[in-house]
Amino acid sequence: MPPPILQLNDVKTHFPVESGFFRRQQTGTVKAVDGVSLTVARGEVLGLVGESGCGKSTLARTILQLVPTTAGTVILEGKNLTAASSAEILAARHDLQMVFQDPFASLNPRMTIFATLAEPLIVHRVVPREKVAERVALLMAKVGLSPQFMEKYPHEFSGGQRQRIAIARALALEPKVIIADEPVSALDVSIQAQILNLLSQLCREMNLALIFIAHDLSVVKHISDRVAVMYLGKIVELGPAAEVIERPRHPYTRALVSAIPTPNPEIERAKKRLVLAGDPPSPLNPPAGCAFHPRCSYAQEKCKLSVPPLIPAGPNREAACLRLDEIADQSGET
Amino acid sequence: MPLLEVTDLRTTFHTRSGVYRAVDGVSFSLAKGETLGLVGESGSGKSVTCYSLMGLVPQPPGRIESGTAMFDGVDLLHCAPAQLRAIRGKRIAMIFQDPMTSLNPYLRISEQLIEPLLIHEKISKADALARGLAMLEAVGINDAGNRLHAYPHEFSGGMRQRVMIAMALITPPEILIADEPTTALDVTVQAQILELIKKLQNELGMAVIFVTHDLGVVSGLCDRVQVMYAGRIVETADTRTLFHAPRHPYTKALQRSIPSLQPKGRELYTIPGLPPDLSKPIAGCAFAPRCEFSTDYCRRTDPKLAAVTPTQATACLRVQNSEI
Ligand SMILES: Nc1ncnc2c1ncn2[C@@H]1O[C@H](COP(=O)(O)OP(=O)(O)OP(=O)(O)O)[C@@H](O)[C@H]1O
Ligand SMILES: Nc1ncnc2c1ncn2[C@@H]1O[C@H](COP(=O)(O)OP(=O)(O)OP(=O)(O)O)[C@@H](O)[C@H]1O
Ligand SMILES: [Mg+2]
Ligand SMILES: [Mg+2]
Repeated sequence: MPPPILQLNDVKTHFPVESGFFRRQQTGTVKAVDGVSLTVARGEVLGLVGESGCGKSTLARTILQLVPTTAGTVILEGKNLTAASSAEILAARHDLQMVFQDPFASLNPRMTIFATLAEPLIVHRVVPREKVAERVALLMAKVGLSPQFMEKYPHEFSGGQRQRIAIARALALEPKVIIADEPVSALDVSIQAQILNLLSQLCREMNLALIFIAHDLSVVKHISDRVAVMYLGKIVELGPAAEVIERPRHPYTRALVSAIPTPNPEIERAKKRLVLAGDPPSPLNPPAGCAFHPRCSYAQEKCKLSVPPLIPAGPNREAACLRLDEIADQSGET
Repeated sequence: MPLLEVTDLRTTFHTRSGVYRAVDGVSFSLAKGETLGLVGESGSGKSVTCYSLMGLVPQPPGRIESGTAMFDGVDLLHCAPAQLRAIRGKRIAMIFQDPMTSLNPYLRISEQLIEPLLIHEKISKADALARGLAMLEAVGINDAGNRLHAYPHEFSGGMRQRVMIAMALITPPEILIADEPTTALDVTVQAQILELIKKLQNELGMAVIFVTHDLGVVSGLCDRVQVMYAGRIVETADTRTLFHAPRHPYTKALQRSIPSLQPKGRELYTIPGLPPDLSKPIAGCAFAPRCEFSTDYCRRTDPKLAAVTPTQATACLRVQNSEI
């Protein structure tokens, strides 16, 4: 295997939590990311899925060093970003681009689309000045926006159009790694398909590595080579995308897969979901042992006692469940 | 009598580069307890339709050019601002597409959440906070008691979206307009939110307009679906019919683009071409340049939405002439 372009070693990002209406005091710590190790190869698409609030966006922000890392290392092309100076981090961002979950908040409301896309091209001298307009038009065409929109401002666009501007901006610098946080969830299925095709093509042709955060598992399965499933700050399952989504091993992944809505009214209404028992856990006060055990239908005493490590679970697959082998053959449920 | 009757709504934006016809003659009705899905091309006017009904189109540059929206004897498009304010947030509530820009970053979640209660009900702050807490729990925010007084940036994207949902449902409305309310939610939390909406519908007869790109969600939740393209409704049908027997070429193309119905490893099907420039006059059918079935006649003649069966209406001339 070629050396990975991006490598995370036991990364932790914790936030202090304050409460109280009048006088805010630190009352705890949110362990948003709590011991994540991962590698991403050149040209690889890694899907990242998991419950809302499990730490996906925080992991992305940690990789970009937008939040202070509590522990662990983030290594981009051999360079340790967690120990880098701010100048080095700025330089690294040329190669490492992010499409944020909230496109409106990440676009400057006072800049036209032309200015938004031209700025990185000019600052980083990607193309000579006289070629900037041409390149902006090309970027817009890539994400399916007609050049007639060039002089418009972000508020004049629909949600999906803004999302595509954000994607075009991430592509402007021809980075080596893109982290895309829910890049297609605001798009209609046709434009979604267009963006997915574009991202796949870029990964293939430019050897771009992509971390793709999404809730839509059918989209994740389509675009990703591998998928990582997160639960409460930790990776609980990792493996080839189609394998993990078609034959999930971790009980949490099983529940997730059973909740995928199908675009067919009969099937959708007749479907029995593995409804997760109990509430999502509190990241302030995570359950002892396996964080999933209070909601897991397979949980036993031992699951409350120790935190399960990621262990091999088939070819190129890993899962963090103490009962992995015992529940392997009980997968007949719908 | 329908709960809401929208007739010939036209909303434009007057900008330096021209007049954009964002919503171009939309008519529909919504019955008590009904769930109407609104799907379609990004930029086709779904959100602007919702904003128009809520009186939230910024004017200028926006302008409501024509139409009526009758709700309980009141025309939402032309009534006095005070009358609309009394309805908005209480009898008709909206969940916005963009949670970060619609939450105030400088106010605690608790203050924003109970604001509708304090405005519309005679209630003490302590009682309002208790209701707020219960609502946050109902939308699945764990440890709500500890996090009630946090600021929006301390919440994840999906948690913010659920705060928006809690705000809209805290004074149970008669109509909920939900603009992509679950895009930032994982499938298990999404399922929980959809259950909550269904429960309120069963208990209170709440009607819902549900804007989404997720056709899986539509198929589980909606009674009827409307498909928009370039500011107009191009097809409307009951959910079953729309999924099993779509007639309009745009609806069919949309369905073909769903990733879960396509083989992995191959390019996904996408509709060729770009949507039209809404500031230029469009001769004939707006979808014709991208439509594999279009003829010269389609490019010359403006199609109208017309019933093709008792439960399905389509704005395609060739379908109406039984040619396809
Ligand atoms: N304030 C504005 N000024 C100018 N044009 C606007 C404004 N708001 C919306 N538009 C235009 O109106 C059209 C309809 O936008 P709308 O937000 O309703 O789309 P939508 O169907 O909700 O799309 P999406 O699925 O991407 O959210 C778009 O072409 C958009 O560019
Ligand atoms: N700046 C912050 N201060 C305090 N807590 C934070 C902060 N940012 C995130 N958190 C908390 O960290 C946890 C993980 O948040 P994160 O945004 O990473 O979740 P996510 O997996 O991206 O969720 P979603 O799918 O809803 O976007 C949440 O409990 C959130 O409240
Ligand atoms: Mg997130
Ligand atoms: Mg919209």
